[in-house]
Amino acid sequence: MKFVDPIKLAALAFAAALILAWQGLADLRLISPIFFPSPARAIDVLISRMADGSIWVSLAATSVRMAFGWMLAAAVGVVVGAAIGSSRLARELLDPTLEFIRPLPASAVIPVAILFLGLTNAMSLTVIAFGAIWPVLLASVYGFSSVQRELQDVAHVLGFSRREFLQKVAFPSALPDIMSGLRVSLAIALILTVVTEMQSSLPGLGWDIFFAQRSYRSADLYAGLILLGLLGFVANYLILLIERRTLRWRNLGT
Amino acid sequence: MRRGMLGSIIPVMILCAWEILSRTGTLPFDAFSRPSDIALAWLSSLMDGSLLLATWQTFETALLGLAIATIVGVLTGAMLGLMPIAERITSPTIEALRPIPAVAFMPLSLMMFGFGVGMEASIVAYACVWPILIVTIGAVRAIERRLLEVAEALELSFPARLWKIILPAAFARINVGLRIAAAIAVVVAVTVEIVLNPRGLGYHLVLAQQSLKVGLMYAQLFWLCVIGYLLNAALRNVGGRSTRILGSV
Repeated sequence: MKFVDPIKLAALAFAAALILAWQGLADLRLISPIFFPSPARAIDVLISRMADGSIWVSLAATSVRMAFGWMLAAAVGVVVGAAIGSSRLARELLDPTLEFIRPLPASAVIPVAILFLGLTNAMSLTVIAFGAIWPVLLASVYGFSSVQRELQDVAHVLGFSRREFLQKVAFPSALPDIMSGLRVSLAIALILTVVTEMQSSLPGLGWDIFFAQRSYRSADLYAGLILLGLLGFVANYLILLIERRTLRWRNLGT
Repeated sequence: MRRGMLGSIIPVMILCAWEILSRTGTLPFDAFSRPSDIALAWLSSLMDGSLLLATWQTFETALLGLAIATIVGVLTGAMLGLMPIAERITSPTIEALRPIPAVAFMPLSLMMFGFGVGMEASIVAYACVWPILIVTIGAVRAIERRLLEVAEALELSFPARLWKIILPAAFARINVGLRIAAAIAVVVAVTVEIVLNPRGLGYHLVLAQQSLKVGLMYAQLFWLCVIGYLLNAALRNVGGRSTRILGSV
């Protein structure tokens, strides 16, 4: 039998102590229960909302919105990135324009998107995809444009067609870059999901938090925050798993 | 030179097509406006100072938030970097807080600070503190052991050790985190303004859209691109220079 790592135990104790201190301060009314309701109340809200099922609706709405926006960004980002990355002319034509648009805060396109699409799911998806596309796109451009010289020579010697080269050599070689781009994109997608839900009253956790504040139910607000944190954590963990799985071949040779 | 020429072909083509299609009535004016109108709206908002005032409001808040995040992040990061055990004990808590999107705290900080600089700066600070914290921990941990031993031999106090040994030695790497955080600061500030806070560039952008001043809206969007581009260029420059100076210490 193995002993539990004392550091891990201490880490757990630290987190627990923080929560307990908060609970104690809230119970003693040292901090305002309006702003900082005790953790027990937030958990109560979480449990009761799980029981009546309303939380799953919000969680599902937010997850689906985030996933769809992200997948849209991923698909467009990888394909366009491959097109730009594998052609020098395309890079010279488009790089300056991309560099100019990239620093634009993604939320700044919300007003434009509302103008064209109204307060709809299509608007939300457009904004999420617009914001989340940059890390994938840039990573994909970089990945496809920096295929090793030797690999290019091998493909040339083997008489690969352009499509074969992209498929069998360039894409696998760009995959590590693309995967790390995808991970950054996912975090951005979650942020924009919350922002668009707040901005245009679309159902989901972002709107729940916003509405909880408007009706001064701060325990609900914290319950929403906890769930959002969990969602972010799980999403990041899932993509790390996918990354490790798809990139396993890289570690086999070494 | 050739690169600049090639790079401007596509934007110029888009702008010309936009202007022509708008003049011929193919693109509805009330949603697309047209480049000449956007340029006029940009000039007039620049002339009457409203654009510059909004820009200042956004930057002021972003800087305040960034300053708070820098102080908190560097101090905490330096301590955690020096004490690996403390770092391992706190890291699950940090990893649990980090994935919560900063913008999700908007309602909470609105309740605590009301509209204004405070709520926006607090969100910016929350968003910026994580990259600074994590980079600082790594940077401090990578400091050469001998430098810390010298500090110990000289019996420097903790502030003196921090100021004279740790920060100079770790600065080049902390700087990377600061640059990432600075870009995040402006983005988060604009986002808070768009969703909630009635001040700065983000709010003016929403206002222009809601009052159907479409030309002004595009002008402000363009302005945001310009600012972001200049900021990124400036950060790259500053980063390079200060690293060179301090890197030689």
